[in-house]
Amino acid sequence: MSDEQDHKLEAKSDYVADASSVSTPDIDAVPAAELPDQELYHSHSWWTTYVFSQDAKYIGIQYALTAIGTGLLGLVLSWLMRIQLAFPGLGWLEPSSYYQFVTMHGMIMVVYLLTALFLGGFGNLLIPLMCGARDMAFPYVNMLSYWAFVVAVLVLLASFFVPGGPTGAGWTLYPPQAITAGTPGYNGGIILMLISLILFVAGFTMGGLNYIITVLQLRARGMTLMRMPLTIWGIFTATVLAMFAFPALLVGCLMMTLDSLLGTSFFMPAMVSLGEKLTHEGGSPILFQHLFWFFGHPEVYIVALPAFGIVSDLLSVHSRKTIFGYRMMVWAIVGIGALSFFVWAHHMYVSGMNPWFGFFFATTTLIIAVPTAIKVYNWILTLWRGNIQLSLPMLFSLGFIVTFLNGGLTGLFLGNVTVDVPLSDTYFVVAHFHMVMGIAPILVIFGAIYHWYPLITGRMMDETLGKIHFWITFLGSYAIYFPMHYQGFVGVPRRYFEIYDSPYIDTSTLLLNKFITIAVLIVGAAQLLFLYNLFASARLGKKSEKNPWKANSLEWQTPQMPPEHGNWGKELPKVYRWPYDFSVPGAKEDYIPQNQPPSEIIGAKVEKT
Amino acid sequence: MIVALSIFLITIGSIAFHFWSPWWWTEVASNWGNMDDTILLTFWITGAVFVAICFFVAYCVWKYSYKKDRRAEYKPEDKKLESRLTWATAIGVAALLAPGLVVWNQYVTVPENAYKVEVFAYQWGWKYRLPGEDNILGKTDIKYISDENPFGLILEDPNGKDDLLVDEQELHVLKDRPVKFELRTIDVLHNFYVPQFRGKMDMVPGIVTYYWLTPTRVGDFEVLCAEYCGTGHYAMRGRVIVDEEKDYKKWEAKQITFEKMLAKSKKNDNLQLVKKEK
Repeated sequence: MSDEQDHKLEAKSDYVADASSVSTPDIDAVPAAELPDQELYHSHSWWTTYVFSQDAKYIGIQYALTAIGTGLLGLVLSWLMRIQLAFPGLGWLEPSSYYQFVTMHGMIMVVYLLTALFLGGFGNLLIPLMCGARDMAFPYVNMLSYWAFVVAVLVLLASFFVPGGPTGAGWTLYPPQAITAGTPGYNGGIILMLISLILFVAGFTMGGLNYIITVLQLRARGMTLMRMPLTIWGIFTATVLAMFAFPALLVGCLMMTLDSLLGTSFFMPAMVSLGEKLTHEGGSPILFQHLFWFFGHPEVYIVALPAFGIVSDLLSVHSRKTIFGYRMMVWAIVGIGALSFFVWAHHMYVSGMNPWFGFFFATTTLIIAVPTAIKVYNWILTLWRGNIQLSLPMLFSLGFIVTFLNGGLTGLFLGNVTVDVPLSDTYFVVAHFHMVMGIAPILVIFGAIYHWYPLITGRMMDETLGKIHFWITFLGSYAIYFPMHYQGFVGVPRRYFEIYDSPYIDTSTLLLNKFITIAVLIVGAAQLLFLYNLFASARLGKKSEKNPWKANSLEWQTPQMPPEHGNWGKELPKVYRWPYDFSVPGAKEDYIPQNQPPSEIIGAKVEKT
Repeated sequence: MIVALSIFLITIGSIAFHFWSPWWWTEVASNWGNMDDTILLTFWITGAVFVAICFFVAYCVWKYSYKKDRRAEYKPEDKKLESRLTWATAIGVAALLAPGLVVWNQYVTVPENAYKVEVFAYQWGWKYRLPGEDNILGKTDIKYISDENPFGLILEDPNGKDDLLVDEQELHVLKDRPVKFELRTIDVLHNFYVPQFRGKMDMVPGIVTYYWLTPTRVGDFEVLCAEYCGTGHYAMRGRVIVDEEKDYKKWEAKQITFEKMLAKSKKNDNLQLVKKEK
């Protein structure tokens, strides 16, 4: 530590010497560097370049591809489930496999796809580049983070091959059923699931510390916190949330593992399991739910905040307009992040916890709607009087606004404790969370991939294929989830293997099930088009010019595109402004990059940032 | 143009679907019609916001689509507008929350004249227990559960003797009388849910949870388990029949007490024990 301190001082004195030579005009002054330039690890073999890479960009791509690969499994599982629901007569699945697929689909999508892709993928790719750093603060730990994630995924996949198969406990893994005989995979699959989650949390912690420290310590000179792109604010805040939230999941998993393997009773009361009295005594199943949702609710925002940040940047760049109300946007991200730790029990209104908690959690939950609404207003006010390019990233961003708005508003139903009672545990809930934390963030992910693809490969993805992909995905998923809410009104419960002979359910509800399943199959198949585009364009795509979207943020200002190891060549960039100076009156171009010194844009009426 | 039009049509389509959808809630059969009212209120407020914002987006996309020679407006902030929007949202949210909390207060406050019924859940089915003449449900413990004593009543508790045990999937309740369901499970989580009653509460092993309602119309309703409880979850269905007083009495008369149940079983040792200790 003291060593670092010394370096810091040295670096400062260097700067003073540099400034006295007065090579730049005063208006271009930026604060002194506080840390010496980072020394990077340079790979020297195929293994250390392509497998055990320590370059954050490369790790980001590794994370993203692993997450997408795992997500494809989740997608296929959803097909299998939907076919069963629509055509129960086929005898397609056993109830136990149906529940196993439901569980694995949920966990894969939330944790192994979305969390890993947003933070591990986009975090690694964008944090150093957008902050103007050479790499993450701890590249070696960063590499370990990825490989821990790989092991976590492998353990998860291994559970398909153990006797009894993967756990069928539902992604919430509620005990006692998760570890008692009535649930598939209760003694093999569940243990692997818990171990996999523990590994994921361990790996994520290594990555997360990196993201936080890099953002706090390694920003380029002049890159104040209030000049950071909202993408970084979103990823940064989400990582902080994850650091506080994942420990709750970790201890929950550890305690349940002990309950299952060693016969402890953290979550296990005295009970009878399929006619047999168990030896457990005195534990509380609701305790697990508190731990799970203390993680689980912030988890929603761990996925949502990076999406919020990224979509803000996409909207701003592609409508050639300043993001509206930047400061409010930052505070909304931070406020939502903080509030997200006070709302968890809205998942538990009818869990049997003291019902008086309902008043508190309904109030906090509806309060969180205010900063969220502010974000929506600011996105649409960014479009207002913009110069909107209907590029692929913009299309997906617009799709995000519609689906997120829809899913966010149905959150007001479920968050409001009374309204939740008839709707909880029905398809309304399934529709709500898929719309708000499934479709909406995934549309942002697609938008982001189309946007940053040239930065990674130097080529553009195919526009026509992309448009087909957009329209099928957007309209198709809306057609899946919008009507599904109404199944929830009818009262169709979620997690039902079949519902066909219930007297209160009209047969047309089952017809709707068929419609939804067909839409699921089509939307799923359209993702193959995306995958083809993703891989084929790396070779066949049109060569991209440098900074193809004419964006301001630093990742597009590297000397080479795609940026090479170390990102910035000899000298780190200096930052003079925020990344949203689009269409500034008096400026020659309709964009002013963050690293363009004021002396080069004299006459442009920029607001001070 | 196409994009703006699509967003416009999606909005119109959503509204049309809402009003013409054949899929809507079942006719309510309890006093919780006010839950439906809170849902409707929420629909009106959130629906208005949804339509307004979608139309606004569609308008922007149509009006401000890219032109090479045009520049976007440069206006990073508008404090006044932002604070107005914040306050309007806060008021809208409060308008949703307040009625919700009022109804929730009713939901968690059981009226004093409510009669009690124990709903007993297991993997995968339902049983019921009525308090009998003394109006008190006898105490229970998992340890006491056996073939002769499937409800696990504590033999030493005299209040349990006259409890009526309904060892079948069907329960009868009285129309227009508030009933408090005391919810008990002997294994995993379950949830006693009748769509037409609207109410819900998880059943948690180790504790007794509850909710109450007043059935408002005679009928035969399906009971569903609404908390995932293992492979048989989807098949865990029972029936609740809402009766007028006369029919209810007939049904009640057919149920046997705990005491009689023990007497009926061949091993009478348990009963002897109870009698001796008294």
